Amino acid sequence: MAGRAQPVSGFPGISAALLVVALILGTLGAVALRAEAGTGLGASDWAALRFTLTQASLSALLSVGLAVPVARALARRRFPGRALLIALLGAPFILPVIVAILGLLAVFGRAGWLSSFFGLIGLEPVQIYGLHGVVLAHVFFNLPLATRLILQGWQEIPAERFRLAAQLKAGPLAMWRLLEGPMLRRVAPGALAVVFAICLSSFAVALTLGGGPRATTIELAIYQAFRFDFDLGRAALLSGVQLLLTGAAALAALRVSAGEGFGAGLDRAVRRWDGQGAAARGLDAAWIALSAGFLLLPLAAIVLSGLPGLADLNSTVWRAAGNSILVAAISTVILLALALPMAAAAAAGRNSLTELSGILGLAASPLVIGTGLFILIYPVADPFALALPVTALVNAVMALPFAMRILVPRAREVLGRYGRLSLSLDMQGWAFVRRVYLPRMRAQTGFAAGLAAALSMGDLGVVALFADPDFATLPLQIYRLMGAYRMDAAAGAALLLLVLSMGAFWILDRGGRWHAEV
Amino acid sequence: MLKFENCRIMNGGYAVEADLEIAPGACVAVIGPSGAGKSTLVEAVAGFLPVIRGCISWNGSDLTSKAPGKRPVAMLFQDGNLFPHLTVAQNVGLGLHANLRLNQAEWQKIDAALIRVGLGGMGPRKPAALSGGQQSRVALARVLVQGRDILLLDEPFAALGPALKAGMLDLVAALARESGATVMMVSHEPNDARRIADQVVLVAEGKAHPPQPTAELLDNPPPALKAYLG
Repeated sequence: MAGRAQPVSGFPGISAALLVVALILGTLGAVALRAEAGTGLGASDWAALRFTLTQASLSALLSVGLAVPVARALARRRFPGRALLIALLGAPFILPVIVAILGLLAVFGRAGWLSSFFGLIGLEPVQIYGLHGVVLAHVFFNLPLATRLILQGWQEIPAERFRLAAQLKAGPLAMWRLLEGPMLRRVAPGALAVVFAICLSSFAVALTLGGGPRATTIELAIYQAFRFDFDLGRAALLSGVQLLLTGAAALAALRVSAGEGFGAGLDRAVRRWDGQGAAARGLDAAWIALSAGFLLLPLAAIVLSGLPGLADLNSTVWRAAGNSILVAAISTVILLALALPMAAAAAAGRNSLTELSGILGLAASPLVIGTGLFILIYPVADPFALALPVTALVNAVMALPFAMRILVPRAREVLGRYGRLSLSLDMQGWAFVRRVYLPRMRAQTGFAAGLAAALSMGDLGVVALFADPDFATLPLQIYRLMGAYRMDAAAGAALLLLVLSMGAFWILDRGGRWHAEV
Repeated sequence: MLKFENCRIMNGGYAVEADLEIAPGACVAVIGPSGAGKSTLVEAVAGFLPVIRGCISWNGSDLTSKAPGKRPVAMLFQDGNLFPHLTVAQNVGLGLHANLRLNQAEWQKIDAALIRVGLGGMGPRKPAALSGGQQSRVALARVLVQGRDILLLDEPFAALGPALKAGMLDLVAALARESGATVMMVSHEPNDARRIADQVVLVAEGKAHPPQPTAELLDNPPPALKAYLG
């Protein structure tokens, strides 16, 4: 209720939100001042815009289209390993992009498993670079997300409806008309918009699998204008285009999306009576097997191809790994310092500002913020010397929207349940934060910190702008090894990165829940 | 004396009016139909709801502008009276110092309070290791160390069985007698009022009526109360 006294002040949270808004809008302003509108968009820029929209549309349609039968199969079948498979659907979110790409290359690349199999039966090897490679990687990342979103839609259908449908002897068509169709009309637009928005600002995928005049996204064009031509004006102009695009898509996604797919309890299987025929069973089994294979084979490929390379990782890789751990640690601390006060302020009723910075965080592109920071830092200091703190900061801001989704509901619960008791005990400010807020938020804080650390560990974005040849994080080092065609070393480093990312997530998430009272 | 002077209390969309006095040391039950504003009345005393007209005072000093924690008030809520991550002793200790910076004498005071409510030696445990009735006793031990003049109960024992609840009410009455605290107890159960309250404040149709002797009121209920009691 508005105006009710709360044991925490909204001031720190509002300050944190303002800081984020200032960072995003300030860098945007720097970019805008530098942009050279006079030259306008060239032919290659229009091509980049077209490619960005094409690949994002295709990726969204394919991801959601394939997710419909997969989610249906998962929703109505129970089998050993089902809970594990559904948990694994959450993994691509924290899987470093560069690692997944190496896995996809090992399976679908020219020298990959699929090409070898094609070679056995006399077919041409598959070609992964270009539009279809970019879309393939995006589907790899977003099919699980879309599946989780649609599965959540299935879970929200009350069990009584399934009983009613069974009593009415609803066949496949009737099931579609009564239950699945209306559910998808509610859930699918949100899923499409979310995937589309994510794919718009994809950088690392386009960097490794795209490129060239026919497969360059706007983010990649920003990077090239910056890195190869050092044309800040053009980078700024492209950043403006990118921001309009992602801003519109993020707004649309927030408008139409209902849930976020993080929800617990997705492994609950509702008792159902439909789809008992042999054909339906076989089809569901095939969908589950195909999607599991599509997810698990690249992961298996990373482990298999990385193990031999682990032994001879050189000191450059280890130094890069050290940098990555440092970046992830700093980024996680920054994220918590921003998100915990912001969640408290949002829960105490000051929603609008914290929501605004969340939306801005979704719309902001790391490359745009990076470009802006570079323009701001360039006159006063050597931007390349600041690669590490800048990367950590930008990574924290990028993780902020996800952290807020995890923290705010819990903060509301804590204030709702203990706010009045704390006030009546005269427990306010720091005493409340230390004795009640932080202890009660522990599990969610650990989860958010784990996500932030893993995302930052695997990030290949702004660091590519800022790093000089002597500095690298692990993902950047892997990209350089790939560029030098040292695929064995890259595979070994990718396995190391996978272990570091997942390990950081696991330790922080576990640490949050360790001995936590409900 | 707890005095409501020509008060109008806002709770979201509706208001409760009160113009009444409660004698120091009295134990008063607040009864009435659900939704009539029983909780609204005690939450205004605790400082959780705004008084938009008139004032609430205790022994002549105005409470209305004071923060909840600065009022001479201890309150027990329907649920969530204990912090699950703190031990029993720490939960009680919050009543002495919200920061839990406590000296030896204060820890002894906490032990004594726990013994008084029948939980001697339970200090190091976490609330989850206690039964519902024991958890209520921990909250009462905290009220005891708080030593405030006014004790507000917003149906904190509603989830307990009849025998346990009766025992808790008797304990409340005994503790209040010992300390001389003034008690306001929200209840929808006339028998609770008969058990420990000398007086009853009837809240109905947006108005809190002045306290009347319990037996008298419950035996000859006015129409508004009669409709509720059935």
